[in-house]
Amino acid sequence: MRNKLIRYSPWLVHFNTGACNGCDIEVLAAITPLFDPERMGVKLAPNPRHGDILIVTGAVTKKAGERLKRLYDQMPSPKAVVAVGACAISGGVFAGSYPLVSGADKVIPVDVYVPGCPPRPEAIIDGILKATKKLEGGGEGD
Amino acid sequence: MAKYVEVPVGPQHPALHEPIMLRVKLDGEVVEGVDIVTGYNHRGVEKLGEKNSWVRDIYIFSRICGICNAVHAQTYTQGVEKLMGVEPPPRAKYIRTIVMELERIHSHMLINAVMAEAIGFDTLFMLIMRDRERVMHLKEIITGQRVHADIHIIGGVKRDLKPETAEKVLRVLDYIEARLKHYKKVFEEDYTIRKRLEDVGKISKQEALKHSLVGPVLRASGVPSDVRVDDPYSAYDELKPNIVVRHEGDSLARMLLRWDEALESVRLIRAAIKNMPKGNPVPKAIKRAAGKGEVFSRVEAPRGELIYHIVSTGGPKPYRIKVRTPSFNNIVNSGFAYIGERLADVPVILTSFDPCISCTERVLVVDEKKGLRKWVPFMALSRGEIRVA
Ligand code: SF4
Repeated sequence: MRNKLIRYSPWLVHFNTGACNGCDIEVLAAITPLFDPERMGVKLAPNPRHGDILIVTGAVTKKAGERLKRLYDQMPSPKAVVAVGACAISGGVFAGSYPLVSGADKVIPVDVYVPGCPPRPEAIIDGILKATKKLEGGGEGD
Repeated sequence: MAKYVEVPVGPQHPALHEPIMLRVKLDGEVVEGVDIVTGYNHRGVEKLGEKNSWVRDIYIFSRICGICNAVHAQTYTQGVEKLMGVEPPPRAKYIRTIVMELERIHSHMLINAVMAEAIGFDTLFMLIMRDRERVMHLKEIITGQRVHADIHIIGGVKRDLKPETAEKVLRVLDYIEARLKHYKKVFEEDYTIRKRLEDVGKISKQEALKHSLVGPVLRASGVPSDVRVDDPYSAYDELKPNIVVRHEGDSLARMLLRWDEALESVRLIRAAIKNMPKGNPVPKAIKRAAGKGEVFSRVEAPRGELIYHIVSTGGPKPYRIKVRTPSFNNIVNSGFAYIGERLADVPVILTSFDPCISCTERVLVVDEKKGLRKWVPFMALSRGEIRVA
């Protein structure tokens, strides 16, 4: 029953781990009226403790990596992670640079990868909806 | 001795969606001092630039910042072109200018929208973002990408501007201009917005110059300084932009100035399309090696003066590229503007500087003081559970 409710209204937590802002403004654009994911109940959560889906943008820097782990741990289960953009998938153009640990999946488990530099808002919304499928299934739990 | 409470604002969400932390020292409600902590976003781009070739670096440097990527590409390519002795065709310069001005419009709309959200005016945020999509669409039909234009290549642009596209741009610009004027009026007349922004975070002309602030922040304090006019690049020597200056120096002045600049950009794009020279802007071959030398290149980004210093020792790779971004000056040097203001105004002041953290991270300035400190979470403060250390 609880999962069903979440399925209809997943709340997002957005964390920029070292993005160029390109992905961030597209995530921001994806929640605005032209794309309007609120019709599917998707909205930004005011606090990580209220979130269901974590959106990670940008290459994960060493400093932000610790915060990302902490943020993920603060979110209640079931939860899903969407990595948006080439940077969050593998480091993108910054791969191999000294302050990076590269992709988000080096730090936390990632469920959906949305490729692009940056991905279009439609693709981001699609990624979010795919992530809700995981929540529907009950998540990994802990 | 006054007793201070330290409040960390961020790094996850102070007003905008970027990681920066302000360590605010409070005496009651009043801000006594601010430490600005960055470094969450440091990606080592300068070092990366030394490892890659001249051509690949265009894409790396334009990815310093997604919002002002075309100006980063412009500063880099114009420097490298000077180094290699390549002159882009005049039509390419005009196309670059159009893309950069579109970028200025969408950047200024974005920060005004974020400001509306920061003061709790969510409807206005949504409306501005909706109209901003029109600008993104124009960028997409001209360059092929909504965000990263990547239209600059050494010696020209990646693709030509078709006459049909130019017509469409002019059509949509009419709509955008009307909306910009409307939003400017909203910011000028709305009682709530005025109450929140007027006289908040005031910066005098002397202070602005002393702390070497740049861009809209500087111009809102009454200093007419704009690289497009002072040191024209691309097509700006022919288009002759007007400098917008305001004298109030407060947060409201900074936001209104951005609306005026966006309107000026609309005029520039129209003029650029009208006076576009003929010719082929796409070069047949790209030069890949540079001789020995050093260049200094500067451009007016939406946030202020952007400087690249490029050093070459010859060959296919740069020896050193130093980037000085406008946000670095505006954010790190602006700690003084918060002092004496109230805690609730901190996000407003930060937003009015138009912080672009991914740019600021170009230079690592973290200096974490080690000492005994009590951390008070932001939420605890708003619930009134303050324990004074
Ligand atoms: S994937 Fe591209 S747009 Fe996204 S943060 Fe990385 S460089 Fe920027």
